[in-house]
Amino acid sequence: MFTISEKPIDTHLLKRELINSRAGALVCFEGWVRNHNDGDEVTTLEYEVFESLALKEAEKIIAEAKEKFDILEILGVHRQGRLDIGDIAVWIGVVAEHRDPAFEACRYVIDEIKHRLPIWKKEHFKDREAEWVVSNEDTDHRII
Amino acid sequence: MNEPKKLTVKYFAVLREKTGKSQEEIETLANSALELYVGLANKYNFPLESSSIRVSINEEFRNMNDILHSGDSIIFIPPVAGG
Repeated sequence: MFTISEKPIDTHLLKRELINSRAGALVCFEGWVRNHNDGDEVTTLEYEVFESLALKEAEKIIAEAKEKFDILEILGVHRQGRLDIGDIAVWIGVVAEHRDPAFEACRYVIDEIKHRLPIWKKEHFKDREAEWVVSNEDTDHRII
Repeated sequence: MNEPKKLTVKYFAVLREKTGKSQEEIETLANSALELYVGLANKYNFPLESSSIRVSINEEFRNMNDILHSGDSIIFIPPVAGG
């Protein structure tokens, strides 16, 4: 299951939802808001989400991961709205009987989410005007 | 004769800021999503080439060359940056 949240992400609650007595592994990914990008000091972030399509696409990604990897369950949350430094922007949790498929599925889901979900990020800087960012592989490039 | 189509266009992120609105009802002679985007990009001075834009028609990812129909809900998707 995947959700979009305007409130801070409660990782303890999410982990509890994944409890499964068949599971031998839980792999989580947390994306955090960092205080810099490309040498500029970032003060806050803003996420805008086209929610209905983002949820549909996220469910497709989760279904693909369940097809590809031998896992039990996947849970994911992405924030929208204004976030502060250190906040969790995205959380993905995967439970499986064994750790290898859990790691692989978690990596797959976060990578696909970054590339496919209609979510946009605006960075607010200490010393200059805010900008929308576009993700490209491992580095973020600004477009505007 | 090409009849005008009535569409709903919703805007997100940089496109929302450039248009100053989150949605509008428009009448257009554009046949495809691509033609519609090019027209709107000229009108609102969008900073993005059509090649970097994806489109959602009626809440499904579709092709920019797909034909538009009256009543369609169109959302142009600038490059995404989730995570």
